[in-house]
Amino acid sequence: MTPSPGPVYTDHVDTVAIRAEGLEKRFGGTPALTGVDLAVEAGELVALLGPSGSGKTTLLRIVAGLERPTAGHVYFGGEDATFVPVQARRVGFVFQSYALFRHLDVGENVAYGLRVRPRHLRPSRADIRRRVSDLLDLVQLSGLDRRFPSQLSGGQRQRVALARALAVDPKVLLLDEPFGALDAKVRRDLRRWLRDLHDRTGHTTLFVTHDQDEALELSDRVAILNQGRIEQIGTPDEVYDRPASGFVAGFIGEAVRLPVDVADGIVTIGPHTLRNHTSSLSGPAALYVRPRDLVPADPHGGVPTRVAGVRRAGPARRAELLLADGLPTIEIELPADLTVARGEILHVQFRTLRLFPA
Amino acid sequence: MSDRATTEHAVLKSTDDASGVPSHGGRPVWPRPTIDEAPLTKAILVVLAVGFLALFIVLPLIAVFAEAFRRGLDHYLESFADPDTQAAIRLTLMVAAIAVPLNLVFGICAAWAIAKFDFHGKSLLITLIDLPFSVSPVVSGLVFVLLFGAQGLFGKWLAAHDLQIVFAVPGIVLATVFVTFPFVARELIPLMQEQGTSEEEAALTLGASGLRTFLTVTLPNVKWALLYGVLLCNARAMGEFGAVSVVSGHVRGLTNTMPLHVEILYNEYNFVAAFAVASILAGLALLTLMAKSVLEWRYGDALARTRLY
Amino acid sequence: MSIAATEPWPPAPGGRNGAAAPWRFRRPSALPGFGVTFGFTVTYLSLIVLIPLTALVVRASGLGLDGIWRVATMPRVLAALQTSFGISLVAAAVNAGFGLLVAWVLTRYEFPGRRLLDAVVDLPFALPTAVAGIALAAIYAPNGWIGGLLAPFGIKIAYTPLGIFIALVFIGLPFVVRTVQPVLADLDREIEEASATLGATRRQTIVRVVLPTLAPAVLTGFALAFGRAVGEYGSVIFIAGNLPFTSEIAPLLIVIQLEEFNYAGATAIASIMLLISFLSLLAINLLQAWSRRRFGHV
Repeated sequence: MTPSPGPVYTDHVDTVAIRAEGLEKRFGGTPALTGVDLAVEAGELVALLGPSGSGKTTLLRIVAGLERPTAGHVYFGGEDATFVPVQARRVGFVFQSYALFRHLDVGENVAYGLRVRPRHLRPSRADIRRRVSDLLDLVQLSGLDRRFPSQLSGGQRQRVALARALAVDPKVLLLDEPFGALDAKVRRDLRRWLRDLHDRTGHTTLFVTHDQDEALELSDRVAILNQGRIEQIGTPDEVYDRPASGFVAGFIGEAVRLPVDVADGIVTIGPHTLRNHTSSLSGPAALYVRPRDLVPADPHGGVPTRVAGVRRAGPARRAELLLADGLPTIEIELPADLTVARGEILHVQFRTLRLFPA
Repeated sequence: MSDRATTEHAVLKSTDDASGVPSHGGRPVWPRPTIDEAPLTKAILVVLAVGFLALFIVLPLIAVFAEAFRRGLDHYLESFADPDTQAAIRLTLMVAAIAVPLNLVFGICAAWAIAKFDFHGKSLLITLIDLPFSVSPVVSGLVFVLLFGAQGLFGKWLAAHDLQIVFAVPGIVLATVFVTFPFVARELIPLMQEQGTSEEEAALTLGASGLRTFLTVTLPNVKWALLYGVLLCNARAMGEFGAVSVVSGHVRGLTNTMPLHVEILYNEYNFVAAFAVASILAGLALLTLMAKSVLEWRYGDALARTRLY
Repeated sequence: MSIAATEPWPPAPGGRNGAAAPWRFRRPSALPGFGVTFGFTVTYLSLIVLIPLTALVVRASGLGLDGIWRVATMPRVLAALQTSFGISLVAAAVNAGFGLLVAWVLTRYEFPGRRLLDAVVDLPFALPTAVAGIALAAIYAPNGWIGGLLAPFGIKIAYTPLGIFIALVFIGLPFVVRTVQPVLADLDREIEEASATLGATRRQTIVRVVLPTLAPAVLTGFALAFGRAVGEYGSVIFIAGNLPFTSEIAPLLIVIQLEEFNYAGATAIASIMLLISFLSLLAINLLQAWSRRRFGHV
């Protein structure tokens, strides 16, 4: 395949900050990415979400220039950056392990990207000092510039890594599992803080995560990857409410997958039948059921299920229900006034049917 | 902001110019090394390293065998007909047969006490065990001369009882034990520290005796490291020169080990014989290296991760 | 490194709850055999290592400081010490450079014969020093493989200080390679990638990030190689020529003193050498402690 000499598109030149076109990546014989297209608007915060091995980190590293795509192109603001080496791409990359320079103190870590510039592009010492101090203020680490990375907590290291990436005034900010190595409490705080920081500085940001809560809470749009391709990209509401594929339906929102049969708008689950209005599917299919998809129903209107157990899930109570022996148990979120016990029969109704080809 | 944009452009621009065409024969190529060395740099570095090792390390090894066979196989074999050479081989084997088991037992005891228990002064003890490694071989021999030599601390007493230690076999054994002292222990201690005590404690709760626990739990976990330590210990025991030279007295056929015999033959300009005996020692070194490499490749996980020579 | 124990031992003074815990020599343990193994370890250590070394110290203190000083400043001794320490320093420095190169190539690059080469690095540890000595002498003698090549240019290696240097490079190399290799293998590639994303060229990454991170290991290897070189005897004496004032090393001088039954002279030279090797050992430990404190690793 011959690389195109320049931009091959005409629209959105002003607003698209990162565009990936037909990216392919193979490691030896194993495909890691197959035909990935992605466009990130300037100032957007986009999450790459997927299970491990889905290719999300590979995509991020290709955008950064740390990996070379087997085929396809990467554009930054309309310019073809596919063959621009990582040094010249001006991306701010925050590594999962932070990759701080342990022989340098915090201030020297942050100043690094400015110090390594060619002499004629290098800011003066005073300017570097000022910039480092501003950035440490921004990430709320003022006064820690003489500490070494080994003397910092995990959350502090994460913020140093961010300040270091911001120091080169990057065109895009790329974060690889930015909260992966932190404990739950720090994660939550940093997540909110990062969103605030993004809203204030307005950097186009692409970040990789395997945590759907993180992706849905933090980002403007979520790209869901599976086996080297993007299954769906959309706002958190879109991917949550209208999953585009069975994989997305199963991956997002604690769904349980039930094998069903569809024929003439009738869905058969084991011994039960449900009426279905929308699906044009026929034959074996997969039904994805989330706890909130079910509501208790009166004995005449719903499907009878046996209660296999009741447990508390955060603020709500959930019952595990068995539609028939041999089928996976599904969950329902119980209303506060309803009590059921193990072994009882509970009739339920499906609010929506998320049906996908098996 | 505007000059920043120009700067940015300049950076992109300059690399594009330097890179030239980003395509070669239709296949996209990296314009220049970014997170790795250029293939040419790599090749140069590899050639430099290989050349250095070949010149400084491999060449001497080749020289040993080349010199040993310089006058043909017959002359080579003839060298071993010399009874003094045979005596030297016997003495070397005997010294190793005493020194290695002693240090093996010591290594196991020291590793058990140090790795499985916590006590005051542990790091001092480890430092002291390593001490023989930081002492010059000549000094290692000297200390025994100072103890047991004619003018030594016990010299008069030994002479009165007609006992001889230095310039005799006991001195050679003592000096060899001294220089090979830490080998087994330092191989076992870090490994057994990594392994902790939980497996032994489990065995004890299941009713095993202390000795049985050691034999059935600890020993199988460290057997490859033990073998590794013994190999190195043996190689050094058979090859030690400086320390043994000081205490030996160089009596042909009596107190000459193989390395000492090599020296004597060499100084007598009997080069073929000197290199013939040396070739046996070099063969031993090669065997040791091979066994060591096999252990590292095959059982690398069962060896200590941290080791200092 | 702490073992299975979760709390540090020895405990902090005053104990964890403020109340002074009774002093114990060791942490109580369910495992048997401490008394017997510890007892044997200490006894054997004392008999083989500590008592003999003490004999040297006793002898040396018998000479007194001025006695040792008098020997050390004798011209021939002074020259031998200078030869030993000077050439050892140069050889260790060369080993630091080439050892780093070899460790880098073995750890980072894939090429045919890499494993064989990796095994070959340990040869100086395994090859008896006398064998190395006569082999080096044969190669670098004026009629040897390399000596013969250089002889027409008037360059002599064997039987000159240059020969000592060659022998000391031979025996010191594995110390640097084997100290640097594990650190290099553990070095996170992301560190170098981070440097690249920040705009550093490959050379800048090597100079500003990789080398400073490896520096403590290289220095440790340097000190180990230096310590070994100073005391080295077997591989040097065959190639050195052993001319007083030019190519005579300190360990050889000890042997010569002993052959003349001059125990005092031998002891004096030995104590100076011991003192200096202990100082270099101390330097290694301080270096590692400093490195651990500052970077959280060795």
